[in-house]
Amino acid sequence: MSDAITMVEAINLALHSEMQRDDSVIVLGEDVGVNGGVFRATVGLRETFGIKRVLDTPLAETMIAGLSVGMAAQGLKPVAEIQFMGFIFPTMEQIICHAARLRHRTRGRLHCPMVLRVPFGGGIHAPEHHSESTEALFAHIPGLRVVIPSSPKRAYGLLLAAIRNPDPVIFMEPKRIYRLNAQTVEDNGEALPLDSCYTLREGADITLVSWGAMIKETLEAADLLAQQGVSCEVIDVVTLNPIDHETILASVAKTGRCVIIHEAPKSCAVGAEISATLGERGLLSLQAPVARVTGYDTIMPYYRMENHYLPNTADIVEAVTATLEFS
Amino acid sequence: METVFQAQISYNQFLSAAGTPLQALPEWAGKPDILVRYYRNMVQLRQLDNKIIALQRTGQMGTYASLLGAEAIEVVLGELMLSDDVLVPYYRNHGLQMLRGLPLADMLSYWGGDERGSASATMAQDFPNAVPIATQALHAAGVATAIKIRGEKRAVVTVCGDGATSKGDFLEALNVAGAWQLPVVFVVNNNQWAISVPRSLQSAAATLAQKAIGAGIRGEQVDGNDVIALHESVTEALKHAREGKGPTLIEAISYRLSDHTTADDATRYRSNEELKAAWEREPIKRLQTFLHTQGWWDEVQETAWQKEVAQIIQQGLDSFLQRPPQPVEDLIDYLYAELPDALKEQREQLIRNAQPGGNHHE
Ligand SMILES: Cc1ncc(C[n+]2csc(CCOP(=O)(O)OP(=O)(O)O)c2C)c(N)n1
Ligand SMILES: [Mg+2]
Repeated sequence: MSDAITMVEAINLALHSEMQRDDSVIVLGEDVGVNGGVFRATVGLRETFGIKRVLDTPLAETMIAGLSVGMAAQGLKPVAEIQFMGFIFPTMEQIICHAARLRHRTRGRLHCPMVLRVPFGGGIHAPEHHSESTEALFAHIPGLRVVIPSSPKRAYGLLLAAIRNPDPVIFMEPKRIYRLNAQTVEDNGEALPLDSCYTLREGADITLVSWGAMIKETLEAADLLAQQGVSCEVIDVVTLNPIDHETILASVAKTGRCVIIHEAPKSCAVGAEISATLGERGLLSLQAPVARVTGYDTIMPYYRMENHYLPNTADIVEAVTATLEFS
Repeated sequence: METVFQAQISYNQFLSAAGTPLQALPEWAGKPDILVRYYRNMVQLRQLDNKIIALQRTGQMGTYASLLGAEAIEVVLGELMLSDDVLVPYYRNHGLQMLRGLPLADMLSYWGGDERGSASATMAQDFPNAVPIATQALHAAGVATAIKIRGEKRAVVTVCGDGATSKGDFLEALNVAGAWQLPVVFVVNNNQWAISVPRSLQSAAATLAQKAIGAGIRGEQVDGNDVIALHESVTEALKHAREGKGPTLIEAISYRLSDHTTADDATRYRSNEELKAAWEREPIKRLQTFLHTQGWWDEVQETAWQKEVAQIIQQGLDSFLQRPPQPVEDLIDYLYAELPDALKEQREQLIRNAQPGGNHHE
């Protein structure tokens, strides 16, 4: 596999790859089989692996999540697609009351190696309920992993890791960048580590922390700032629960300043957790308050106004500049 | 062993696919008035649908869920619901919404990505479109509960697709509506497909109408391409609701002649033969044939009406396209009855950013 592929193609590649290696991997969800998924993430799987391993389900998310729990307890590895983040909420009871605590409440007798893949986020002019970023709701659930890739390569390696992980994973796919960039992704079957931040760029003056689609604007801002002589370290958090705080603390120990960027509303979001930890454990390295560039504490607008809601590169540059000027 | 319960589901149809009566027609269908109105309304919806899809293709409209093949259901519900009944719609009811008074420009606003599309005062107590599948069925049961508590003679109508009948919300709504004998009519637009998933994969039940039986309520199947059959079933169901005799589930058999939405490509998952066969049963041609036979509609009227409709649509379209964007503070101002202090700073930031020179100025 040497041709460059997009993130959604890399996800498809990882699914093919792991289903080939491991018979216990089962893909299920609405429109994942014959149609290949509304974003084409599961295209070709049904043709290759047949209808026993690629299940077009009836339309019911509670059922998809609950079935996955049952299948996982039987030693299968269900990889379920929830069509859009806005439709994941019926799964909450199954995730909170069962998937995330099956291991714990049976003291390890049963466990739940399931993955819920779900496209999320704004910026594609989608209809109502199709553009929210609600990762914080899931990051708050003990026993659950929340993983968000931001490039084709990492999508491939992280999805393999999520499927192989013995515990439940919400694998959130930033659909705005599904087809943004192409990278050469080698189908080498190698998983990337979970529970670990990825430092995308090293820098000395300030640490930019982000994840998902906002990595695009964060890197753009870092480029613009580099032209002004500002050296940004860029950290992609990737796993939002549990968070690798050590990498962020080490970076801020070096730079002394931090801006956190996310698309989700500001309050009680994952940025608040990171900022609080910097306050608890990194206070003495901080030379300025930790800043956050985020969505507003409001409902994601319909598409006409979504650009007013979504943080952009200029917002990040402005926050970085203010943080650098703080004294 | 003894049989403790037995049930059957009836199928209601008056006009054949070719537009000929299959049985004696009800009295009201012996006159042109209602039937011609049905025809004209359906023609208008179809022309509008084509127009919106064309707009979407040129980037002036968002992702759009077509009404192609659902026209009969829309116009019959629009005719028979009273203004103080409550509609709890899904995202494929904009024809019905317009027949209940929603201006075209507002309807287009919704599909054009503007919240004001759900704000029109003409919608009175009707709910906005439910996008999360089947959630609306429970709202309908709740509205009906309020109506029942107050002892009013109003009915609630909620519509969903065949796929929606697989979701707990739908079944929970049927159940409570039966347990409490609520004044609600559940209409399933069984258009045979839930995006790419065919009806046969949703349920092993031979009919969706029989889901009513498990909930202890009335249920029947009706030809969803036949306005006469629909008119009869809906009239009866609304009468039951208003008279306090309880809920009804109507499974209207239709066919989604379009892609699921403009973001979909149905050729990936369904055959051309199936689609072609479905066009043979579609609602407009069938009624047109019948009206022609009765001498209630002719080519001259057809041409005149098509022209008039084109003008009506163009007017609505112009007013939609000329609509200035909503003020940016609307993104926050409708969140709570009163703006909490904690949001004031963000509101100012939002406004500042939208102004010339701001980071989000367009
Ligand atoms: C809870 C939920 N899950 C998934 C979706 C995505 N989705 C939108 S429409 C649709 C199919 C609905 O089919 P059906 O109920 O038959 O209605 P139709 O669109 O055919 O009228 C799906 C899966 C959604 N809107 N809500
Ligand atoms: Mg359907």
